[in-house]
Amino acid sequence: MTENGIGAAVRRKEDQRFITGRGQYVDDINRPHQVYAHILRSSIPHGKIKKVDVEAARKMPGVVGVLTGAEMAADGINGLPCGWGVNNKDGSPMAEPAHPALAVDVVRYVGDQVAVVLAESRAQARDAAELVEIDYDTLPAVADLDAASADGAPLVWDDVKGNVCFDWEIGDEAATNEVFEKADTVVGIDLVNNRLIANAMEPRAAIGEYDSGKDEYTLYTTSQNPHVIRLLMGAFVMGIPEHKLRVISPDVGGGFGSKIFHYAEEVIVTWASTKVGRPVKWTADRSESFMSDAHGRDHKSHAELALSKDGDFLALRVYTLANLGAYLSTFGPAVPTYMHAVLLAGNYKTPIIYANVKGLFTHTVPVDAYRGAGRPEASYLLERLIDKAARKTGIDPIELRRRNFIKPEDFPYQTPVALEYDTGNYDASVDKALELSDYKNYEKRKAESAKRGKLRGIGIASYIEACGVAPSNVAGALGARAGLYEVGTVRVNPTGSVTVLTGSHAHGQGHETTMSQLVVEALGVDYDSVEVVHGDTGKVPFGMGTYGSRSAAVGGVALMNALEKIKTKSKKIAAHLLEASEEDIEFENGQLTVKGTDRSVAFAEVALAAYVPHNYPLDVLEPGLEETAFYDPKNFTFPAGCHICEVEVDPDTGVVEVVAFTAGDDFGRIINPMIVDGQVHGGVTQGIGQALYEQCVYDESGQLLTGSMMDYCLPKADNVPNFSVSTDVTPCTHNVLGVKGCGEAGAIGAPPAVINAVLNALSDYNVDNLQMPATPERVWQAMHGNG
Amino acid sequence: MTINVSCTLNGEAVSAQVEPRTLLVEMIREHFGRTGTHVGCDTSQCGACVVHVDGRSVKSCTMLAAQAEGADIVTIEGVAQNGQLHPMQEAFREHHGLQCGFCTPGMIMSALDLVKQNPDPSDREIREWLEGNLCRCTGYQNIVRAVKAGAESMKQG
Repeated sequence: MTENGIGAAVRRKEDQRFITGRGQYVDDINRPHQVYAHILRSSIPHGKIKKVDVEAARKMPGVVGVLTGAEMAADGINGLPCGWGVNNKDGSPMAEPAHPALAVDVVRYVGDQVAVVLAESRAQARDAAELVEIDYDTLPAVADLDAASADGAPLVWDDVKGNVCFDWEIGDEAATNEVFEKADTVVGIDLVNNRLIANAMEPRAAIGEYDSGKDEYTLYTTSQNPHVIRLLMGAFVMGIPEHKLRVISPDVGGGFGSKIFHYAEEVIVTWASTKVGRPVKWTADRSESFMSDAHGRDHKSHAELALSKDGDFLALRVYTLANLGAYLSTFGPAVPTYMHAVLLAGNYKTPIIYANVKGLFTHTVPVDAYRGAGRPEASYLLERLIDKAARKTGIDPIELRRRNFIKPEDFPYQTPVALEYDTGNYDASVDKALELSDYKNYEKRKAESAKRGKLRGIGIASYIEACGVAPSNVAGALGARAGLYEVGTVRVNPTGSVTVLTGSHAHGQGHETTMSQLVVEALGVDYDSVEVVHGDTGKVPFGMGTYGSRSAAVGGVALMNALEKIKTKSKKIAAHLLEASEEDIEFENGQLTVKGTDRSVAFAEVALAAYVPHNYPLDVLEPGLEETAFYDPKNFTFPAGCHICEVEVDPDTGVVEVVAFTAGDDFGRIINPMIVDGQVHGGVTQGIGQALYEQCVYDESGQLLTGSMMDYCLPKADNVPNFSVSTDVTPCTHNVLGVKGCGEAGAIGAPPAVINAVLNALSDYNVDNLQMPATPERVWQAMHGNG
Repeated sequence: MTINVSCTLNGEAVSAQVEPRTLLVEMIREHFGRTGTHVGCDTSQCGACVVHVDGRSVKSCTMLAAQAEGADIVTIEGVAQNGQLHPMQEAFREHHGLQCGFCTPGMIMSALDLVKQNPDPSDREIREWLEGNLCRCTGYQNIVRAVKAGAESMKQG
């Protein structure tokens, strides 16, 4: 292993600016003569806009303009597009209503954008907004899945019957039902996957700037994928060609999915800038984030597993209702379908699976991907069901899992729900997790807890996820409206330093470090002589951004392919300089050497020759040393693992404490183990958050009750233990790095492990089911027969 | 109407004309241009805005700029001295105590006050102290390690 190459726990390049307060997030940027936008949002969940009176606001000090949806529509600005189409069972397309950036006639959730006030200062914009009068005809609303699917429910869209956006299925229902009829054992469960709000620590922000002299637009935005925003906003919403629109996403303070999507505010500030002829800046305050960032999860499922008398899984059927919110967010329809149901095979050889997913509109914030996106919902459902089957059959939950695992010799393994897993070793992850968690001494710990009056429980969950999204042709066949390759450019500068331009985007993942490690590994240059540039469509050729644990598996591989091209060209240059044949040149540790001799040139000399081509094969080779690679993956990658959680429940109060958590993961080859461990810690904490603390709540009328950090409980430092994490490696078989991805694993494995542990702790209390979050009240009620 | 606020910021005498309702964090970010102090919420939960006022850690979103008249304010930009990182900053880098970096300035400023009051904090004490600083990336484990290591090197330093 090279000192700073692949596999080294290299300290992060980006930290210097963050620990000294020199990071540059969107709200840290100020443009000359900018004005501040305050967005007026609907205070009601559903209503017709009767009147928007902006006259008083226009007269307020510092106000530069007040703009409404009617004016935006008159300017020909289109609605926000959905990036993924899903078909109904009968092959017809899903309902796809318009999604205007500023509402024109009707508001459909609390937080829906209605108008924007522009003023010289933030405070002036806010003051003036108080004087905008919006009159509504209030209409009835539905917030949750039960209300939306009830007979005669109020409709979010007049022409969408029963609020059903799509009624989608995968698998053969009749054939699956036949297996169920003959099965020895059938276990069923009803589960809610609680609605979550991502709450990246940096609230979203955007600055739009129109330069009428050049007819050019610049958008600074807190995005995980600036090129995608450029494509969506430019081509679909505003009709700006790519070469006239630059999107910059500088340092971004966490995303977790919520910053993938193309948001209304990006359109509002860009359009408003053309109206007032000045840059327009908007920064969300946290309460605005709660009612405008896309929410996550929000499923209600009934699932059944058929087993043989020996515990073999025979069939699985799942019926899910998924809340999509009032409008389709960018990838909203894909999350409960192609990110969820196709993962229902989990780590197991269940021969036949059927899933039906109905996506429902409600009068709530649009719902889209949140860390894991569909895969946590699948894993939770499956692992809860398997534990229930273990209780019913009396088979040990670990043995039941092992019995049904896809084994190493079964790969590549075609699941009954579309995916082909390339590789894995699920028993190895279980073995590692059992060892690390000191499973064999669990009973002693349980007895010790009991002495202190605590109920101890242990829970296990295996998981698999499909990462490295995605082979473009596969995604396209499933409804994706974009390609999902990645792009890497390697620019070797004349003196041998290296600039990498990547289409991936880091918002905490440390790509500046890990991608530098790839360059060090390939070219043997100094770690400090590599710079990684991302997040600017004006600098980076193209890219699809960061989500779905795709940066290493797709972006990293694109970079490796570009580096390979650099090596090939360097060898040609070296062959000329050394008067040798190209085939005889070896490239190692930054030196290009004629095989079997001591004749060599340093890589920096090759770079210089490429830019000062005085002694150079100009007849056969272009000067310069810069290469770009587009990489479209052959398959998804399949990280998998086993998580074990131990909890203590206080029987008097129902308070659950996570006292130990172990993760045995297989992410394929690891580029930087320090960063990977950090990703697992963060993911597991968000998973514990979902299991025990977090819940987005709307009341029956559609008002958002969890509208601030005082109402929505995020895990704090004293809510989680130290985690024990480890990685096994079965390298991915279809990319040159052998990497699989690690960003989402914790959020996928942790919720079922935690809840299985809580149910295990309550095993003497005859608690059959428990929903997330397992709050003290919910646990206490379950213990007292009110679950 | 505006008022004048004069104070010391990272050792330098500064003053600003602000509206009376201006928050300390707004004065620091918008009038003094020190953007290392962040705003992550509007309910004093997240702690991204922690600075030191007269030697004590304060959430600068919960204090009016006017209350800082004559105060000695230190922000994250004032922690490194003469181009040398403070041991607590070094410890955050060494132990991977940050990912997206947004909560980091508040974490470091809060940790420095903890160590001032308790030079040898246990893991539990660190976790309890940091209750008012939210991080969504790290799961806190490496922050706790960093604070502990930072406290240790401060003792030796």
